[in-house]
Amino acid sequence: MKENKREIWVFGDYRNYFQNRVTLQLLARATDLASKTDAEVGAVVLGRDVDEYVNEYIAHGAHKVYVTDHPRLKDYNVETYVALTERLVREHQPETILIGATSFGREFAPRVAKRLGTGLSADCVGLDINEDGLLVQTAPSFGGNLLAKIVTPDRRPQMATVRPGMFQELPHDYERTGEIIQVPLPDDVPKARVRLIIAERQPQRDQRIEDARVVVCGGRGMGSKNKFKKLFELARLMNGELGATRPVVYSKWADHESLIGQAGRHISPQVLFSFGISGAIQHTAAINDADFIIAVNKNPNATMMKMADVAIVADANQLCIALMKELKKRIRN
Amino acid sequence: MLKLVVCIKQVPMVSELPWDSKTGTLRRELADGMMNPACRHALEAALQLKHEYGGHITAITMGPPMAEEVLREAVAAGADRGVLLTDRRMAGADTFVTSFILAHAIQKECPDFDLILCGCYTSDSETAQVGPQLAEELDIPGVAYVEHIELDKHTFRMRRVSDNFLETLEMDAPGLITVTTQQYAPRYVSFAGVQDAFFDKADILTIGSDDLGLDPEMTGIKASPTKILDVYSPTAEKENIVMKGAARKIVDQLFENFGDKISGAIGKDLKTHDHDEEEEE
Ligand SMILES: Cc1cc2nc3c(=O)[nH]c(=O)nc-3n(C[C@H](O)[C@H](O)[C@H](O)COP(=O)(O)OP(=O)(O)OC[C@H]3O[C@@H](n4cnc5c(N)ncnc54)[C@H](O)[C@@H]3O)c2cc1C
Repeated sequence: MKENKREIWVFGDYRNYFQNRVTLQLLARATDLASKTDAEVGAVVLGRDVDEYVNEYIAHGAHKVYVTDHPRLKDYNVETYVALTERLVREHQPETILIGATSFGREFAPRVAKRLGTGLSADCVGLDINEDGLLVQTAPSFGGNLLAKIVTPDRRPQMATVRPGMFQELPHDYERTGEIIQVPLPDDVPKARVRLIIAERQPQRDQRIEDARVVVCGGRGMGSKNKFKKLFELARLMNGELGATRPVVYSKWADHESLIGQAGRHISPQVLFSFGISGAIQHTAAINDADFIIAVNKNPNATMMKMADVAIVADANQLCIALMKELKKRIRN
Repeated sequence: MLKLVVCIKQVPMVSELPWDSKTGTLRRELADGMMNPACRHALEAALQLKHEYGGHITAITMGPPMAEEVLREAVAAGADRGVLLTDRRMAGADTFVTSFILAHAIQKECPDFDLILCGCYTSDSETAQVGPQLAEELDIPGVAYVEHIELDKHTFRMRRVSDNFLETLEMDAPGLITVTTQQYAPRYVSFAGVQDAFFDKADILTIGSDDLGLDPEMTGIKASPTKILDVYSPTAEKENIVMKGAARKIVDQLFENFGDKISGAIGKDLKTHDHDEEEEE
């Protein structure tokens, strides 16, 4: 008889499928973690007419998908989803459950964890397995000023919500096969005490710089208004937003909306490119939450260079040109 | 008359947080406390409900003795009473245990509540978990990220934004909501009001594990399912890799080493290695 493998589950959060890639990112990470612990990856999909997501999740790495497809599940409902998830977990006993830190995920996961009597870490930016085989969950604290490494040693499953964009999804492979486990909707699902009256999709707002995943920030070191303009194009190439320091705004190379700092906006991109910026405290106070900083300055001792993950000693303008050229070559359409 | 409970947390003033850059630790004990911003909005929502429908507000906080300050502030703003849960044996509680303790305190002090209001997250730990876990512990319905709430006979009706959807929801009472900082801008409290609240005129009750009949083994760090292995400053971890030379070379090096990171952030697929596709120049 084949012994059942331990399972790492990913909650299938498919609403806003095209913008919300976090489920796919988690499947990729789960696949990695599963290979380290000889486990399998399971996805949980609850809803109505969800076949297409089931197939997507298999194509992105799930070995198994647990599906409950029923008209009663047409809307996301926290209570109902918690009740169904609890049953699935009690029956199949996964080792770990990963949930995207979307609005829904962050409302749903705490109740699941509480009902199962287990721990949950919030909005993780990293996941790993330590020498004891435990899931190490890296979660931000104090607005990202601090990071905490968290484990759930004694209770199961280990649960974490994970911030979108922390992991790279696997390329899909529609040749992959996986096991689909249809779970009928139980008769005794409790009546929901919260009911959705109406949901309207909000018009896609223009991206705000505060929410941008990539910010290209330029300072006086760019040299002139014309050279500075190239940074707009660079930002656009990377689906990013443009930020500027105060001297740049005062010289009207960029408008006041793009001022980053104490007197302007506060940003927290995954990647920040900083071109020709010295790193005065009034500016850097607002970029502390950037996950990864690439700074370009001709002066290797500039404060900005000291706080960067990658400090590039070069002419800002030349590097901007070289970077744009490479990006155009490397971006696959 | 509505019976309302507002859960409030005292958090350190982050902008003034004394931070020891040598050891990488937060000198939390030196920081001034303030009412968590989202809790302020939750309190305001409660005050407006009370104004509209009539009601009684209990503000409750769990924390060190100095957290009493935020209760006095809440009373000054219009809450009817404060309950301070303080016990050294509660230190280190994670969200699982915190919601357990709060639930017991609410059941003891305000068992016939109609609505519990919490801030949607705190500025210090940002888990956003205590609200939903408290609802689960009390087995009542809950709605997070609420921007507007009103009473419609015996049900609450609320509006919120969740993952790009503007939703209108209905919830049976009793229930719990977590309030965002989008609406319900906190009111201005007069100096005289604050003074009154700080001079014993406020009805503040202080209780600990024993008053709740809770086994201390169930209320602190030991009972918490999650354990913190390590807390560190991400900036202290930075490798600070220096690259120099010709711009073209540097850019290649950048993509080879950090292409995944960049492509993940920009949301586009990038060729990270250029070698396999020889260029014709
Ligand atoms: C009350 C107050 C509030 C403020 N608020 C803000 C704020 O909100 N935001 C803000 O940004 N500033 C603010 N400032 C101003 C801040 O103190 C700095 O003056 C400003 O951030 C510096 O901008 P910078 O880095 O672009 O310019 P500089 O400090 O002049 O630095 C230019 C950098 O470019 C480098 N450089 C020069 N030429 C090249 C080249 N060819 N290639 C590469 N690198 C080159 C130089 O080595 C230098 O490091 C405030 C100041 C005060 C007093």
